[in-house]
Amino acid sequence: MLNRSWAPRFGILPIVEAVTLAGILLAPFALWSRPELITLATNVLILALLGISFDLCWGYSGIMSFGQALFFGVAGYVVALVGRDLDFSPISGALPLAALSGLLLALAFAGFLLLGRKKPTNIFIALGTLTGSYAAERLVSGWQYVGAGNGLSAVKLLQIGPIQMVEGVPFYFLALVTLLVCYCGSRLLVRSQFGLVLAGIRQNEERLTFLGYRVQIYKTIIFSLAGMIAGIAGMLFTYHQGYIGPGNMGPGLSTTAVLYCLFGGAGTLIGPVLGTATIEVVSYILADIDRIKQIWPIILGIVLLAVVVFKPTGILGFFVSDRERIGSYGIRAGKQRRTKP
Amino acid sequence: MTEPLLLEVHSLSRTFGPLRALDGVNLSVRSGTFHGLIGPNGSGKSTLLNVIAGRHVPDTGSVMFDKRDITASTPYERARAGLSVKFQITTVIGLLSVYDNILLALQARQNPWSLMRSLTRHALHVEVTAMLEHFRLLHRADDLAGELSHGEQQWLEIAMALASNPKLLLLDEPTGGMSPEERRVTGELLKPIKAHCTLVIVEHDLDFIRAICDQLTVLDQGRVLDSGTVEDIQRSAKVQEVYTTRV
Repeated sequence: MLNRSWAPRFGILPIVEAVTLAGILLAPFALWSRPELITLATNVLILALLGISFDLCWGYSGIMSFGQALFFGVAGYVVALVGRDLDFSPISGALPLAALSGLLLALAFAGFLLLGRKKPTNIFIALGTLTGSYAAERLVSGWQYVGAGNGLSAVKLLQIGPIQMVEGVPFYFLALVTLLVCYCGSRLLVRSQFGLVLAGIRQNEERLTFLGYRVQIYKTIIFSLAGMIAGIAGMLFTYHQGYIGPGNMGPGLSTTAVLYCLFGGAGTLIGPVLGTATIEVVSYILADIDRIKQIWPIILGIVLLAVVVFKPTGILGFFVSDRERIGSYGIRAGKQRRTKP
Repeated sequence: MTEPLLLEVHSLSRTFGPLRALDGVNLSVRSGTFHGLIGPNGSGKSTLLNVIAGRHVPDTGSVMFDKRDITASTPYERARAGLSVKFQITTVIGLLSVYDNILLALQARQNPWSLMRSLTRHALHVEVTAMLEHFRLLHRADDLAGELSHGEQQWLEIAMALASNPKLLLLDEPTGGMSPEERRVTGELLKPIKAHCTLVIVEHDLDFIRAICDQLTVLDQGRVLDSGTVEDIQRSAKVQEVYTTRV
């Protein structure tokens, strides 16, 4: 039988994950006296979900989606409208509603973009998702029922049992639990045998087709699940901000999600979390410095461009090898021994 | 021969711009045979294999596999029907381990829901190990497929193509770039599959072809020059002319 070392299983990524988790758990205690920073940290956790959503598409499956904000925004509008028109906002209903909105919308897009007879190119998918995101932004901008250009504000507060969730530490932990659940679920998925198929698709899609995989079905599934996570993020964002507007579903936020992922490190899951935290925190700090705030978007653009061009594996690429990032999918030596009679 | 026909190619033509790569090719392959495709460079051997595999769509003609017309079928549908292929240029998944490449090939028949729950990871371990052992890759199981030698990559890809237990295996130059010893081993690895698999093989090494094939088809300039048993082809004046004047 095999004598397998599986060295990559105990590499840098678990350490990065543990340190990040510790930082996220301790953050509210360190920021207790600064409510505006708790709000920022909560935003980071929510937007990290959007980054993970893009990572599942691009980092793991090679789907270049420039439309993740569409699923984010539509779910946000759905929960805001249900709150306004039906006076309904318990989490037991809002969470499935948002998840389902993101999932079904992404499924509909996948049906159009991925499930044709011919293999779609990445340009086709990128333009298709970008167009969808842009069209949705323009649509709601002129639609009075959904607040037109002003969006929907004073959104009904999210309810968990008798508690109404306002921004602050409780909402932070709600976002944290949601992020952890989505992260762990995504991690299980990408480390499963299904994840092995995604790793194959990412590297050589044609080979998998000739092995008998219906590649577009796998892409549709992961794209839909990513849409679901974006939808959940959109729900949290709407309740946290008390607002959802056209800009929250357009190409601007979609592109920001791409940058969160590419900056942190695609194909790692933890990379988008770090990318989101870095970009949002640095933006927050520099936006308050008068001499810099005017040119900050330009600086951010140049730095991100440099990372994408010169280090496509993102900041984690400095520490994590391709071998560790992609990982191994067979059973572990320890488990193997346990299964022997 | 009494074995039924497994593959029938009728009047197959394929052009690339002004180049007529295949020009009315007919080919019949019976179950349980090893069928070699030989011919000079540019004679259309690889194109024919690619059309049968579904990589290229023919301009005219048809491909019948196991009594089904698969001319318009996608590669995925052909693979599911029992047709497997190893292309001329190796296409192993370079950044996955050798073990994972085999696992990927073995689990191809399972549905995504089952794969999400990793239900067969343990059950397939025995099969992965057996395949690695048969193809002399067990000691490289944890290495990245991209780090294997050229010969080992060819063996890995043949193992991947065989993992789905296909009815028909298409091999395009499986010994290309191999040392004489590696070629001999490749022949040894292929012979046992005859019990359950039919083989169509494109190969330049005529000694290798003679050693493992029952039937040969000779292509020249996109057309079938001759077809028959190895002995028939060795005696064919048309084939001798081509090989003595152009090869």
